[in-house]
Amino acid sequence: MATEHPDNVTDAPGETPEETDESYVEIDGTERRRAFVDRYPNAAQAVRVLFGVSFLSFAVGALFGLVQALHRTGVLRVIASADYYTILTAHGVLLALVFTTFGITGLFHWANTRSLGVAPTSQRLTWLWIGTMTLGTLFAGSTIVAGLFPDIPASADVLFTFYAPLEAHPLFYVGAALLIVGSWIAGVDWFLQYREWRSANPDSRIPLQSFMVMTTMLMWYLSTLGVAVEVVVFLIPWSLGLIGQVDPLLTRTLFWYFGHPVVYFWLLPAYMIWYTVLPKLAGGRLFSDPLARVVFVLFLILSTPVGFHHQYTDPGVPAGFKFVAMTNTMFLLLPSLLTLFTVVASIEHGARQRGGEGYLSWLRSLPWDRPAFTGIALSGIMFGAGGFSGMINAGMNINYLVHNTLWVPGHFHLTVGTAFALTLMAVSYWLVPQITGKRLKLRGVAALQPYVWFLGMVLMSNAMHRAGLAGVPRRTAEPEYQQFSYDTVVGGIAEMQMQIALGGTVLFVGAVMFLAVMLATWTLSPPNANLRVNGELPEPLSTATDSPKVLDNLKLWFAVAVVLVVLAYGIPLYSMVADGILSPGSVPFPV
Amino acid sequence: MHVHRFEKLWFGAALLLIVAFIATIVYGAAGPGVAMVSDDGGTIDADKVANGNFNQTDNFRSPGVYRENGQVHVYIVARQFLFNPGTSQAIEVPANEQVTFHVTSADVMHGFNLAGTNVNSMVIPGQVATFSVTFDETGSHGIVCHEYCGSGHHTMAGKLTVVSQSQFELAPDADAVEASGGS
Ligand code: HEM
Ligand SMILES: [Cu+2]
Ligand SMILES: [Cu+2]
Repeated sequence: MATEHPDNVTDAPGETPEETDESYVEIDGTERRRAFVDRYPNAAQAVRVLFGVSFLSFAVGALFGLVQALHRTGVLRVIASADYYTILTAHGVLLALVFTTFGITGLFHWANTRSLGVAPTSQRLTWLWIGTMTLGTLFAGSTIVAGLFPDIPASADVLFTFYAPLEAHPLFYVGAALLIVGSWIAGVDWFLQYREWRSANPDSRIPLQSFMVMTTMLMWYLSTLGVAVEVVVFLIPWSLGLIGQVDPLLTRTLFWYFGHPVVYFWLLPAYMIWYTVLPKLAGGRLFSDPLARVVFVLFLILSTPVGFHHQYTDPGVPAGFKFVAMTNTMFLLLPSLLTLFTVVASIEHGARQRGGEGYLSWLRSLPWDRPAFTGIALSGIMFGAGGFSGMINAGMNINYLVHNTLWVPGHFHLTVGTAFALTLMAVSYWLVPQITGKRLKLRGVAALQPYVWFLGMVLMSNAMHRAGLAGVPRRTAEPEYQQFSYDTVVGGIAEMQMQIALGGTVLFVGAVMFLAVMLATWTLSPPNANLRVNGELPEPLSTATDSPKVLDNLKLWFAVAVVLVVLAYGIPLYSMVADGILSPGSVPFPV
Repeated sequence: MHVHRFEKLWFGAALLLIVAFIATIVYGAAGPGVAMVSDDGGTIDADKVANGNFNQTDNFRSPGVYRENGQVHVYIVARQFLFNPGTSQAIEVPANEQVTFHVTSADVMHGFNLAGTNVNSMVIPGQVATFSVTFDETGSHGIVCHEYCGSGHHTMAGKLTVVSQSQFELAPDADAVEASGGS
């Protein structure tokens, strides 16, 4: 029966291309499944562990998100307002740093292995980086949670941006450093895999997914340098009392040197899924492989020299460099706009392959009942909205209206909180069967889940944006003050608060639905089933073969990226350290 | 390499859009003169701010509202969890006249935002944030600390009152209206 399903093709009634079985081959007279878990059992196990940690962090983070949404709107306050910041630190760290990093390294480990067709070179190396990242998470996580218990003398209520001179327990910084160092080693693992592939394929173009993994990691090496120096050179010695003071503007600048590219570290894995998996799920093919490469090269080059756009309102940073960062940021729109084109074109192609017609009515031919497709498509739509509010953030002058207001979390819950998070959830509906060998359970719940997340996010994010325009600050347990009340532009504050609380609740329900599907699949589904998913990815319509070879010259693009960083950061960093790298200095203020 | 005609069109349109964005922002910055916080406030020793040794700083005065060379200047110290002046006593400034703010921190990072307006600056220990505002209308604005600064962060706010010029000039000792402010 299974042999009747050759790769990529299906004509069985009621089956969409997404629903075909994994491929089977005949070995010694028996049919053997050839899913990812069967081909690369060790890599699949590593991805399972990475996704496990990622989803666990997501569970805790989502619960805390609900607590925040209810607390800061005054709907339900189950914690003391002083503890709000412990919860918020945990939410930011667990979701923006742990859920993402583990989810991304899981995706990359799968994608690099799948596309190169080469197993990771050393299992010990793989476990080394997974162990390092996990240890870092445990260190940072336990010092944060300790903040809820007055008897434990450790605390890290410094939020995920940990601006000095607020000071966390040293273990918090050590944990953050380990998480990053672990991700560096992960990159080494993938480059070694590539080297092995290259020696067997001296003349081939780099397979697309591997190309995306490597460009993203090069960008990551360049950008994490900032936060690594901040933490290792300054914050760890300072929190241990080895140095007496740090320069808060310098450490903050190093943070944001990393803080913008990190959003591309979240986004590019989602783009990788949009480029390589979404077309297949829609029933078609990627429009253009070379254009996808151009996009990733642009991100490698432009992602880092933009960090000052998070410091538009900072004293001590010359206005001219804010201006340079603004210009670079606007050019970063280009690869995202190109992505929009390719994604829409690929989906349309898929819809037409499925019989869709007309200017827009082809939209109806898409598999809107399949959670992997719907989740990714909806996350793309939300990202469009997030991109729009991001352009407003990036405009230097309008930024002054919204900086540090609730507008900002309204923006990034669309980007990292949906474009990344919902893409990861959605692709899990397709990928987790392939790395566990278990068929997806609770399919009805899964089919509904992306819509629930979408609805919750529309409510919460929209109200956050509007509240931000009225001046309601972010990162605040009780945004109501005795001294004044807000003037609103559209709607009233009470209505916005209700919408945030309601949206947060719906989102939490969406998170629970996702986790239930994963838990049920992982624990209840029998192993070695027919998976009803197929890991084959179809060839792009326009392949890499005839594109310029220079696109694959990663050394060149990395060098260009370094030069741009030196141009954007050289002078301002020099002027910050010229008066002594620790001055003007601040002594620690423990939380 | 084959690049589809629509792709080329889209590429061109995208570039055009980007250049247009940059142009509007340049216009916004250079034309109507939306002032940015820059590095011209200079640096300061946070210790001296914490201990009130303002006689030892040349770019910052004791917190309060002053007239310097005919112009109104407001010196504000942010500290966990109040603005001095601003929190225990509203800051009073005149309408229709340029007011220059100088804000710094005695301890950790804070924010300074007149709620719902684009008067918005980070307050970073060791740095003096300097920016000028002209208020067209009388009335009052809430001052919000918008950067997390510790467990009492949500209590950190203040008030700024814009009065007509005649009322402002009526204040006794108009040359240096010192705010007693703060704790
Ligand atoms: C159940 C879903 C979620 C809910 C209800 C929720 C709710 C919230 C709320 C209300 C805030 C604002 C808190 C404040 O500024 O006072 C917030 C902040 C934040 N959220 Fe979420 N969120 C959710 C999911 C996510 C996801 C999936 C991510 C990222 C992958 C994320 C990342 C963040 C970050 C980075 C912050 C900022 C933390 C800070 O300011 O230090 N959230 N969230
Ligand atoms: Cu950014
Ligand atoms: Cu504060």
